[in-house]
Amino acid sequence: MSAVIDNHGHAHGHDGHHDHHGGYGGLMRWITTTNHKDIGTLYLWFSFLMFMVGGVLALAIRLELFEPGIQFFNPDLFNQFTTMHGLIMVFGAIMPAFVGFANWQIPMMIGAPDMAFARLNNWSFWLLPFAAALLVLSFFMPGGAPGVGWTLYAPLTVQMGIGMDLTIFAVHLLGMSSILGSINIITTILNMRAPGMTLMRMPMFCWTWLITAYLLVAAMPVLAGAVTMSLTDRHFGTSFFNAAGGGDPVLYQHIFWFFGHPEVYIIALPAFGVVSQVIPAFSRKPLFGYASMVYATSAIAILSFIVWAHHMYTVGMPVQGQLFFMYATTLIAVPTGVKVFNWVATMWKGSLSFETPMLFAMGFLFLFTLGGFTGLVCALVPIDIQIHDTYYVVAHFHYVMVAGALFAAFAGIYFWLPKWTGRMYDEALGKWHFWLTMIFFNMIFFVQHFLGLAGMPRRIPDYPLMFETWNKISSIGAFGFGLSQLLFLYVVLKAIRRGAKAPERPWEGADSLEWTHLPTPAPYHSFETAPVLK
Amino acid sequence: MAQSGSTTVPPRQGRYYVPQPMPWPIMGSFSLFCLMLGGVFVMNGVAGGWVGMALGLMVLLYMMFRWFGDVIRESEGGKYGGWEDLSFRWGMSWFIFSEVMFFAGFFGALFWLRVMSVPDLASLQSNTYLWPGFTSHWPSAGPGFEGKFSPMGAWGIPALNTALLLSSGVTVTIAHWAMKEGKRAVLNWFLFFTILLGVIFLGFQAYEYAHAYSDLNLKLSTGAYGSTFFMLTGFHGFHVTCGAIMLLVIWLRCLAGHFKPEHHFAFEGVAWYWHFVDVVWLGLFIFVYWL
Amino acid sequence: MARKFVRSFATWALALPGLGFSGLALALEWNLRPAGSKIAEDIHSLHEYVMILCTVIFIGVFSFMFYSVYAHRKSKGHKAAQFHENTTVEILWTVIPLLILIGIALPTTRTVIAQKDTSNPDLTIKVTGYQWKWGYDYVKGEGEGISFVSTLATPREQIENKAPKGEHYLLEVDNELVVPVGRKIRVLTTAADVIHSWWMPSFGAKQDAIPGFIRDLWFRADRTGTYRSQCVELCGKEHGFMPIVVRVVSQDEYSKWVGEKMKLIVAAADDPNKQYTMDELKKRGEQVYAKNCVVCHQANGKGTPPAFPPLDGSQVVTGAKDKQIQTVLNGVIKDGKATAMVAFGPQLNDVELAAVITFTRNNWGNKVGGEQGLVQPSEVKALREKK
Ligand code: HEA
Ligand code: HEA
Ligand code: HEC
Ligand code: CUA
Ligand SMILES: [Cu+2]
Repeated sequence: MSAVIDNHGHAHGHDGHHDHHGGYGGLMRWITTTNHKDIGTLYLWFSFLMFMVGGVLALAIRLELFEPGIQFFNPDLFNQFTTMHGLIMVFGAIMPAFVGFANWQIPMMIGAPDMAFARLNNWSFWLLPFAAALLVLSFFMPGGAPGVGWTLYAPLTVQMGIGMDLTIFAVHLLGMSSILGSINIITTILNMRAPGMTLMRMPMFCWTWLITAYLLVAAMPVLAGAVTMSLTDRHFGTSFFNAAGGGDPVLYQHIFWFFGHPEVYIIALPAFGVVSQVIPAFSRKPLFGYASMVYATSAIAILSFIVWAHHMYTVGMPVQGQLFFMYATTLIAVPTGVKVFNWVATMWKGSLSFETPMLFAMGFLFLFTLGGFTGLVCALVPIDIQIHDTYYVVAHFHYVMVAGALFAAFAGIYFWLPKWTGRMYDEALGKWHFWLTMIFFNMIFFVQHFLGLAGMPRRIPDYPLMFETWNKISSIGAFGFGLSQLLFLYVVLKAIRRGAKAPERPWEGADSLEWTHLPTPAPYHSFETAPVLK
Repeated sequence: MAQSGSTTVPPRQGRYYVPQPMPWPIMGSFSLFCLMLGGVFVMNGVAGGWVGMALGLMVLLYMMFRWFGDVIRESEGGKYGGWEDLSFRWGMSWFIFSEVMFFAGFFGALFWLRVMSVPDLASLQSNTYLWPGFTSHWPSAGPGFEGKFSPMGAWGIPALNTALLLSSGVTVTIAHWAMKEGKRAVLNWFLFFTILLGVIFLGFQAYEYAHAYSDLNLKLSTGAYGSTFFMLTGFHGFHVTCGAIMLLVIWLRCLAGHFKPEHHFAFEGVAWYWHFVDVVWLGLFIFVYWL
Repeated sequence: MARKFVRSFATWALALPGLGFSGLALALEWNLRPAGSKIAEDIHSLHEYVMILCTVIFIGVFSFMFYSVYAHRKSKGHKAAQFHENTTVEILWTVIPLLILIGIALPTTRTVIAQKDTSNPDLTIKVTGYQWKWGYDYVKGEGEGISFVSTLATPREQIENKAPKGEHYLLEVDNELVVPVGRKIRVLTTAADVIHSWWMPSFGAKQDAIPGFIRDLWFRADRTGTYRSQCVELCGKEHGFMPIVVRVVSQDEYSKWVGEKMKLIVAAADDPNKQYTMDELKKRGEQVYAKNCVVCHQANGKGTPPAFPPLDGSQVVTGAKDKQIQTVLNGVIKDGKATAMVAFGPQLNDVELAAVITFTRNNWGNKVGGEQGLVQPSEVKALREKK
């Protein structure tokens, strides 16, 4: 199996950096590490912590919405919860989770010794906790965290207190982290591949990350610009978003969504990558349509920059604008469809087995497609005029982000955990986790489509009586979903601490380098000399 | 730019250099955290803000000295071969691309305000119901602006500044050529000229700002025009400052005898950056000052 | 209350598995609201059409997947085929979706264009979003000159669970927007502070109200009746509490309503030149305060600092008259920008302003009293004209 290379055998001590954990021990090891696996681990745990925080905020939202009337939180606090839930889940939980995967996997998948800029890699991670600290701190400032929604629309932002400024700077740090991380990933993929690992032979996960990283480098600076303008509008008398000075609140939305729409594919593409590894592995059959997958991903990335105003159909743009953005948006269904069909075709006539990673990947496929269809419904101007800013949109994006990205992340964790830790998780508990998650997820969010169609606006702490039943169901689902994630934590901890020892090739169908050319668990330093590829 | 990375696999000579663990990154994060928290306090009039900012700045400078020091030592110690060099090229290219996108956001704002929002505010409906008498023109400070201001002309100092920056692009190219030919004296002198031109540019820019504030009644708070003018030129000026400091470091390193004719990416990276700053200025000159 | 909450949560959680979703769905609101206009009908049928298409594709795609799951499983001993490309199907599944999309885009485009056509209205109404109420001005057509503010009418006790909730909980206002049936109504939207969004689902009409800009929408109601909805753009604390209610009436009733409204305007026209007594002003002021100021400054005058400062003990309120009049008349402008404290000049008349100011100067702990405490409408009028 993992026969080929000398990954531990070489002489130690050229610079001392080949010591097992580098120069430091204990906590300092984690703070200073330049090892891609350590940094990947840090990203993953950080993102799980943020997922808990964001999840608890979501539970607070669902608690308040269990019944009509103001129950627990005043409206101001409710808005703060919604804002921070969105920001923390997107920037703190989902994005770092996939950067964690990238860190662990990309060097192993392309046969590189580490990331191209190992020290910078450490910085990319260590910017995050400080950004998170700023976000959390904002709750404790006079006036609290901003209650403006994760989209931070001007000019409501101008009315907020100190918490708003902290949030703006947190976004700057998060953006820096993403940009540095992405430059690192791009460079690693372009420059560190083992001889013979041509671009068109790379695992699909590396492709989706290459394109994601490009999206990040292009989109994040624009967001930084938008929040900087908000900051100067707040404190330095500029009028970017103030009509009296010739500015325009809608300008903010254009800049934000120029970032924001690519952002949703930044969340989705790495998830596509993970699923493209998992499905072939458990179908014991190569990925169908590799080349068209690459082209489809690129097409999605390119299109994602010309569809942003579908979030803004109601701002009063001219009809030509509405039509252009509608057509462009619906076009994205074509390359996304290609992906969906490819995945199904990969399963077709395979030799399928249904371990937990595969279950989550199929859950992803099923529910993401559903979310994609509701996206298409949103994309049609007349319908969106009805459902914009209602719970229909909330349902849409949780289908693509939770059942999409989060499910894919679960699939990835179960899939690679043996490689990372050398231990197996408990398959029965894993399956329980999947089914509970699946059921409760739909219970929370399927009914929200009905709420939206019937006219319940989003971001409200209280609602008219006719929405009561669906909200109750949704809230109960949310608590069930939350508890199921405690089970996930348990499964992972149990695997790490006393899981059965993983075999060298736990998944017979998995055939990328980390499975074929490295022992399990993967050694601390892998591929210090390049693997030999046929 | 660097060689294309398409399907050809880059040369891998020897072992790729993976640096040792170091505390500089977290120190950098901590310093930014202090700077930001301090800055927020200053902006909101909370006591202690300046202390936080000062602390942050000090840690930041210390971190930069140490981190760059390590990198320079590694570089001079021969740790970076062709493979690492190519990484630096990719890294710097994408970093500059991210900077381009940052400026694109602000240029986008400028175009939106000029082409969309100011004319909209002067439309018939807007005149009827909200802003009676407002007419569309550029430069404009919007319908709520009371008083008068004068825009910044293009053909005085700004044109001179354009010439200065363009010449500095030439001098840095001459310096690069000299580097490759091994003509150290020419290199040192032309690098010095480049920095000098940059500093003069900044001096003029500062003078122009003072002139705007005191004579033209053109301020950051002068509506759409003031906002875009100062933010665009201000961020550009900030980048020129950074570029000049980077050039200074490179110059000192040249004086200390660093770099080889075939191995000097630090120099090239800074030169790329300088050209980028140059190009942004051309955009500014055309769209902010001239048209 | 907490106990009741827990009990209700538990009962529902336990009862749920018993209730099939389908049964519930029939009994509950789960689709778009009943259409009340041609455009809304178009949207309904468009939605149905797209949903059917999506459902068919969905079932199509996943029947393949589930067939695979059923037939191609390893546990049944199925051996994996090794194909991984097929240009024909790949082209097919690129082109067919494209064609479907074109089939969706065509009818949609027609509706978009119709929806945007606000020309030749019978009646034009300007809607202004305030934090947190709607201002309506009839600016053109029958009823021109009518102008009022429409605020949530649900009592606070219901919101705070201290009283049973009424049928139209959160969807009721003091002054409904009244329009004639079958006429083309053009609505101009704008806002005074932040972005709001005016929505009437039954007419398929939604338009953001953007501060400093005028945007528009139109609708033509098919049937008379009362239609309800809410603000749909996050606009701060009370975003969930600024309903929109439109009453569509027959042409005759509409004319009658306009006549009454006009008479009322004349009758109720406060005389800004009259001298009022302290008590008159305080009494009137209390009402004005309850309607316009409590959401921010609270009934006890303590506000919710730091966002909304207290008026009780405020230096502005207990200080010089003119300063306070100007504050309320023109709003607070900081660094050239309007704050949440918007100008109330356009919303309230001189008597109302004088009353609310007098009220705040002499209520709670504020005891200015005397000549300084009493603000006459004429003083407000003078300052208003000065500007
Ligand atoms: C992972 C994140 C993610 C992804 C992948 C998507 C994918 C898509 N989204 Fe979504 N979206 C969000 C996250 C995401 N979205 C978020 C967070 C918001 C709300 C932000 C906020 O306001 O807070 C949002 C909001 C949003 C809106 C604005 C709604 C509103 O506010 O009024 C719109 C409108 O066009 C939209 C459209 C789409 C479309 C067309 C896709 C497409 O990419 C979907 C394509 C997929 C398919 C169509 C299914 C598979 C295809 C086939 C099987 C082929 C055959 C199909 C056909 C021929 C139809 N999205
Ligand atoms: C990828 C991102 C992501 C994820 C994973 C989630 C996950 C969830 N979201 Fe999400 N949500 C957003 C992104 C995300 N959301 C965004 C961007 C918005 C828009 C914000 C805005 O309008 O500005 C939003 C808005 C939003 C709303 C609308 C709020 C409003 O309009 O006012 C609601 C309401 O139901 C909601 C609910 C949930 C729930 C119940 C979950 C659940 O899946 C969460 C489950 C997780 C946990 C519960 C935590 C883990 C478990 C524990 C910590 C154990 C303890 C648990 C128990 C004791 C039960 N979200
Ligand atoms: C939308 C919220 C809101 C409403 C409604 C509102 N205010 Fe205010 N008010 C504010 C805010 C915010 C400030 C502080 C402005 C600042 O200084 O930044 C303020 C400040 C004031 C001040 C100055 C207080 C001080 O000490 O500086 C007075 C007086 C005042 N309001 C009176 C009123 C009156 C009278 C009404 C009703 C007619 C009213 N306000 C309605 C938000 C509101
Ligand atoms: Cu007004 Cu929301
Ligand atoms: Cu989008």
